[in-house]
Amino acid sequence: MRVEVDVPKCVGSGQCVMIAPDVFDQREEDGIVVLLNDRPPAELHADVEESAVVCPAAAIRVVEK
Amino acid sequence: MKQVVVVGASAAGLAAAETLRREGYEGTITLIGDEPYHPYDRPPLSKQILGRQWEADRVPLRAPADLDGLGLDLRLGTAATGLDLAGRTVALADGARVPYDGLVIATGVRPRRLPGDGGERAHVLRTLDDALALRDRLVPGRRLVVVGAGFLGAEAAAVARGLGVEVTLLEPTPVPLAPAVGERVGRMLAEAHHDHGVDLRTGVTVAEVADGGVRLADGTLVEADEVLVAIGSVPNTDWLEGSGLTLGNGLECDEYSAAAPGVYGAGDVARWHNPLFGTAMRIEHRTNATEQGMAVARNLLRPDARKPFAPVPYFWSDQYDFRIQAYGLLRGHEEVTVVEGALEERKFLAVYRSGDRVAGVLAVGMPPKALRTWRQAVATRAAWRDAVGELVPEGA
Repeated sequence: MRVEVDVPKCVGSGQCVMIAPDVFDQREEDGIVVLLNDRPPAELHADVEESAVVCPAAAIRVVEK
Repeated sequence: MKQVVVVGASAAGLAAAETLRREGYEGTITLIGDEPYHPYDRPPLSKQILGRQWEADRVPLRAPADLDGLGLDLRLGTAATGLDLAGRTVALADGARVPYDGLVIATGVRPRRLPGDGGERAHVLRTLDDALALRDRLVPGRRLVVVGAGFLGAEAAAVARGLGVEVTLLEPTPVPLAPAVGERVGRMLAEAHHDHGVDLRTGVTVAEVADGGVRLADGTLVEADEVLVAIGSVPNTDWLEGSGLTLGNGLECDEYSAAAPGVYGAGDVARWHNPLFGTAMRIEHRTNATEQGMAVARNLLRPDARKPFAPVPYFWSDQYDFRIQAYGLLRGHEEVTVVEGALEERKFLAVYRSGDRVAGVLAVGMPPKALRTWRQAVATRAAWRDAVGELVPEGA
């Protein structure tokens, strides 16, 4: 799996960090997404897919399954 | 289950469809939308779209290939017009009858209107077309009157000021958004409008949109080139009249967000019982649409293992150079305490009490971890005495 984030779209809600904290983090100053791992291991795939669905800015995309 | 119909092709409906596929459902999914566009995002309409930072191609919720991958029977530009619960069919404006064995109702809301607001200088802001029509008119020096200083009206006022538009913001209550965020935070928001040159007039009731502006209840004409009416929304339940479903303030649902066996409501249109707060609520916020769409898809697929929908609501709002973020149920609060930062610096974190519990948190300019810590206090229904201290009623 490969993950992309569209940083200018991010609204800093932090939903992804609550679901997949090993893959996503937030910048301290404004809460904007930081992608920690763009090729997460298999055991995190379901959480990453859920993050992509939940993201209120549609800023997360799974580009390779 | 072989045929699911999702009525409403915006955030909630898309989340339901996506979740059905992610959970392994292989039957038909018919996704019905009254607008002609692929599912798109609404929060940017009053922000980046109105402010011309983005063009319309930035708002689709999914890339075309990802949408194709869901294998949907997409019926766009066609409103649902009726529901036959006994016969399990949805009627469409184009005359089609779509059978279902599982139904998700996610038809959202539409703007509340004012008398006389049908003219081309009168705007509402709900759809992409609305946003594009309004922004065409927002040029420097133009006079915009915004009726209603709620989140939508406030965001639009802020964006319009950024475009060099003269803005008058009319609000019937003494302090904007006070029932939602409290008096003190509401006054801070009012000051931000003043600081940015918006003519905010509170305690003002608008009677109608008239030639050359808006007419107040006392007969005064407030002159305007353009008028944005942002006075709240009406749930889109008209098509369900006579269906047998319970309609009140939206589509009435139970704690599973079910309106009838095999029929679920999601997003802005649905009012359901949230067991976390022990009360019924209808939430017009972006994250709730997605979370509720996901939850109802799962309940639809697992009738024997349904889960109550018990989220901590979340919203954000961008105004001028700051972003408001909030978790929980702020409305109906009895006390607000600023626990970090200071309101006057527009960097603060305020917590809200209902009864003896932490009911919500609202922050501006605070680190995300601080907000998440307080979200957890809301999610666990933390006792106010443990989390904050003694109970001091608002105004004491």
